[in-house]
Amino acid sequence: MSTNGPDTPHVPGPSLWPIGFAIGVACLLLGLVISWIVAAIGAILAVVFGVLWALDVTRDVRGDVPAIAPESRAAAQAAAEVEGPEEPLPAYTRSRFLEASLIGLSAGMGAVLTLPVLGFMVLPSFTNVEEDEVDLGPLDNFPEGEYVIATYLSKPEQGEVSRRTAFVRNNGFSEAGEPSFTILYSRCVHLGCPVQPNGPIDEDAIKKVRNVELRPVLAQSFGCPCHGGQYNAEGNRTAGPPVRSLDRYAFSIRNGNLILGDLFAVGNVSGTGAGATIARYPWSVPGTHVDGLEAWLYPIVPSQVTG
Amino acid sequence: MAYKRKTKKQTVVDLAVLAPLDWVDERTAFVRGTKWFLFRNVPRDISWAQTLGFGTLIAFTVQALTGAILAMYYKPASEIDPTTGKPLAYASIEHITNDLTLGWLVRGMHRWGASVFVILLFMHMGRVFLFGAYKYPRELLWITGVLILALGMLMGFTGYLLPWDQTAYWATVVGINLNGTAPFAGPWLSQFLAGGAEIGSDTLAKWYALHMLLIPGALIALIVIHLYLVARLGVTSPPWSQEAAGRERPVRKPTGTRAGLVRRGSEGK
Repeated sequence: MSTNGPDTPHVPGPSLWPIGFAIGVACLLLGLVISWIVAAIGAILAVVFGVLWALDVTRDVRGDVPAIAPESRAAAQAAAEVEGPEEPLPAYTRSRFLEASLIGLSAGMGAVLTLPVLGFMVLPSFTNVEEDEVDLGPLDNFPEGEYVIATYLSKPEQGEVSRRTAFVRNNGFSEAGEPSFTILYSRCVHLGCPVQPNGPIDEDAIKKVRNVELRPVLAQSFGCPCHGGQYNAEGNRTAGPPVRSLDRYAFSIRNGNLILGDLFAVGNVSGTGAGATIARYPWSVPGTHVDGLEAWLYPIVPSQVTG
Repeated sequence: MAYKRKTKKQTVVDLAVLAPLDWVDERTAFVRGTKWFLFRNVPRDISWAQTLGFGTLIAFTVQALTGAILAMYYKPASEIDPTTGKPLAYASIEHITNDLTLGWLVRGMHRWGASVFVILLFMHMGRVFLFGAYKYPRELLWITGVLILALGMLMGFTGYLLPWDQTAYWATVVGINLNGTAPFAGPWLSQFLAGGAEIGSDTLAKWYALHMLLIPGALIALIVIHLYLVARLGVTSPPWSQEAAGRERPVRKPTGTRAGLVRRGSEGK
């Protein structure tokens, strides 16, 4: 280290390497959006300049390796004669043993006390989060080709805070003769605001099936009030900031009733209604990509672990 | 030294003030510590710019006091009161604002004071940056200051949900999902903040605990470290300071209207 007095700053001298490093990092981030070639160039720049910078900064600490002449036998013998008989030192004293065991015991006790508490803080957000299936009532409630707004309490014991909204459209039957429904989740895939149908809601035709409310709506597109995201009737983005198509519910039909299943994310929908091809992915947080290069930024999301 | 009889006033002061202070100081070093903390030499050419940090501290103290008192009336519960049809949290905010004596004032102080705190944080940070006051040996002051800024923003983020109205709810949904878009850890962070895939009945109490217990605790600890470092390292001279460069202070005679306001003999000091 340098031998500066306390009044002289212990700071490395000016260096140009951090600028190259910063350019590399910026290039890398830009490349994540534009193309992998730019990202690769940025990564190489960042690594090269980062190493140069680190070498520059640590030059004082590392110091120059002094040239050492090979040891000769004569010198070693001379050195051995100078050294007197050494007193044997205790390798591991009692006080050091006690010190280590006290620190170890305290650390163990601290872990036993704090780990369950930390676990209680974090784990309830990730465990037992499955929501029950919801029964939307008989299929007659859903006229073919028209959207119906279905709202329900996903966890009735939690009250209004658990109210969810789905836009349900009966597509009739697919080519294979299966009944087809488009069921969009109302949360915007930009940042989770409540997407609204762009059309009048028929409040007089409201139907209640147990704790589900059904309102027919004349709308073939949807819009989000927060940041202006727009979606078409299939849930594909037509304008604004959303990064994928609207999330959808899986569904099943039991005893003539429409049952909502799990949510899943949609990359894009091509085609319409019963003949649509849906790029289906496990559900992910709004604002995250589920397909393309950007999806690599979200390799594992909680919903894929906890179901 | 000639013996000097104490006046009556001196005796009273000695007995009533100095003796108890000495008693405390002998056992705790409290008086010496306070003197070390407060009675410091500062550069001659500091200005109002150096008071921004203290202003930030006052803003934080106001937030802490008004927050503690608001906590006496606020209910962090999302359940709907069957008689009013409103969530308990929102109803308690309405109660504080409309019914309780001076509640509107204290809530207003806390609500607007939050912005004042953050604005002062940034102004203080700007002063430190522009004056170069983050340089050796004050690097740790800057680092603790940045952590205080981050926690201050988190206080704003967590406090915004508590009124539990439409703005609070959806702004927080957006804020949580913004965190969710961070690479790799983002989705996990957002699910932790929401307390599940979506905001649920436990979320409000969780954010209340973050807002009034966890984050303020960390914030106060950081502020103590920050203040200790300020007292230890002192205040920097401004970059244009002549004294810091080791030069003589130029003799400047006040001119214009200020000329008559300066005491004779003090010019150029």
